[in-house]
Amino acid sequence: MGPDLSADRPGGVQARHQAALDEGRFLIQRCSACDRAVFFPRELCPHCGSTALARQAPAGTGTVVAVTTVRRRPEDGGDLNVSLVDLDEGVCLMSRVEGLAPDDVRIGLKVRARVVQHDGRGLLVFDPA
Amino acid sequence: MTTTNSLRGSAAITGAATFGCGEAPGFTDIELLARAATAAVADAGLTMKDIDGLATCSLSAVMWPMPVIEYLGLNPSYVDGTMLGGSSFIAHLLPAMRALQAGQCRHVLICYGSANRSSAFGRREIVASRRFLDPQPYEHPYQPALPVSAYALAASRHMHQYGTTREQLAEVAVAARAWARLNPEALMRGPLSIADVLASRMVSDPLTVRDCCLVTDGAGALVLSRADEARDRPRAPVYVLGSATAVWHRQISSMRDLTVTAATQSGAQAFAAAGLAPKDIDMVQLYDAFSINTLLFLEDLGFCAKGEGGAFVQGGAIAPGGRLPVNTNGGGLSCVHPGMYGVFALIEAVRQLRGEAGERQVAGARTALAHGNGGTLSSQATAILATEALP
Repeated sequence: MGPDLSADRPGGVQARHQAALDEGRFLIQRCSACDRAVFFPRELCPHCGSTALARQAPAGTGTVVAVTTVRRRPEDGGDLNVSLVDLDEGVCLMSRVEGLAPDDVRIGLKVRARVVQHDGRGLLVFDPA
Repeated sequence: MTTTNSLRGSAAITGAATFGCGEAPGFTDIELLARAATAAVADAGLTMKDIDGLATCSLSAVMWPMPVIEYLGLNPSYVDGTMLGGSSFIAHLLPAMRALQAGQCRHVLICYGSANRSSAFGRREIVASRRFLDPQPYEHPYQPALPVSAYALAASRHMHQYGTTREQLAEVAVAARAWARLNPEALMRGPLSIADVLASRMVSDPLTVRDCCLVTDGAGALVLSRADEARDRPRAPVYVLGSATAVWHRQISSMRDLTVTAATQSGAQAFAAAGLAPKDIDMVQLYDAFSINTLLFLEDLGFCAKGEGGAFVQGGAIAPGGRLPVNTNGGGLSCVHPGMYGVFALIEAVRQLRGEAGERQVAGARTALAHGNGGTLSSQATAILATEALP
């Protein structure tokens, strides 16, 4: 488990999750009671109801399980990949795969997480692993 | 599983009406609703003074039952404003049946109206305000075109897992259009082929604009009455044999298996309550916000095995003359979709069971399943309806 530098920040888990991303760090939760990984960040475990959720740095590797290309006009930013990624820890999240043309992102693609800064906030994206 | 068998047939739909389906320029949401509600109450042989229960909701106004009560001049002893997206109006049935059985009320008005197409003014602001008031901070930053991208993700998974093809998805839209061509109320009535669907503008792969529901105006209303009150009404009562609602998530990224919806739960519970099985159902009205919906719900409700939806619909199997009539009004894909479609699925089932469906009438139909969906495959509500001929 990596250092949780944002743990003492005020507010709920969403604010603390975003604060970590803003610092370039991606953390997920793990339930101390049932030992299951949790994403998105919550105040209680959706599996067992425990509030004993610890944050940890995941391996950052995962697999694209669903994919779409949002077709947009060039002036609106052009075609955009939106993917659902299963992290190796067993949680699913929405993100996008960078470094490939949107149409080349395939289900089954192994990917690795990276935090980028977008509009001054940290945002999780993925690259082909 | 909670058994609801004691409610089987305890209530019946005694009035049904639509208004302004397609385009109704110059109308507000509540004006459309009031026209449909007035017509449905008259259809039941009642007056607004007889309505002592109300179930309604809106995509915009969070306290929507209040202006509806005010506008219609109601003083209901039963009020339900549960908002579960497009599944809401089918989800309104079960609690209304309980209230009717408990003697809390005698006639519940279920109603909806939306000027979604004509009031396009300010759509960008509406989207922005919804994102502020109802945030999805773990999805919105990736700019999915919601809801269509969520359904596209599910479609991509279904295609990957089961070999479902874009042609099979297109078959759903083509069947809906074939039904719509028999329905004067449907907005889109031109010919549509599989090639047309595949060649139309891609919105969010693999879904083209023809895989997506319409954006229309429209209002729909129903009167649900206690069975002993229903027999005295002018129209043949349409009994609710079973109904159930299931909600599993909100965000598409929280869906445990993108190919299995909560319709497996709502469908099983509704069939159990009705004492019927899919083979007993003469027609199916499914919430086809997108072509993938019809495949998922045919599977999850038990009309075919998981993964076989694509093969099931091929060759016009759900079109007029096919083995199972599905979305006989043209559905959300070709008839009407003002933001929430569920009430129209129910109304089409009622019209078919009453024998009022004109050119598109399914001969001899005694049973129907109406199914609502809301959010991003998030909420599911199923109702099983029957004529008096089915005790």
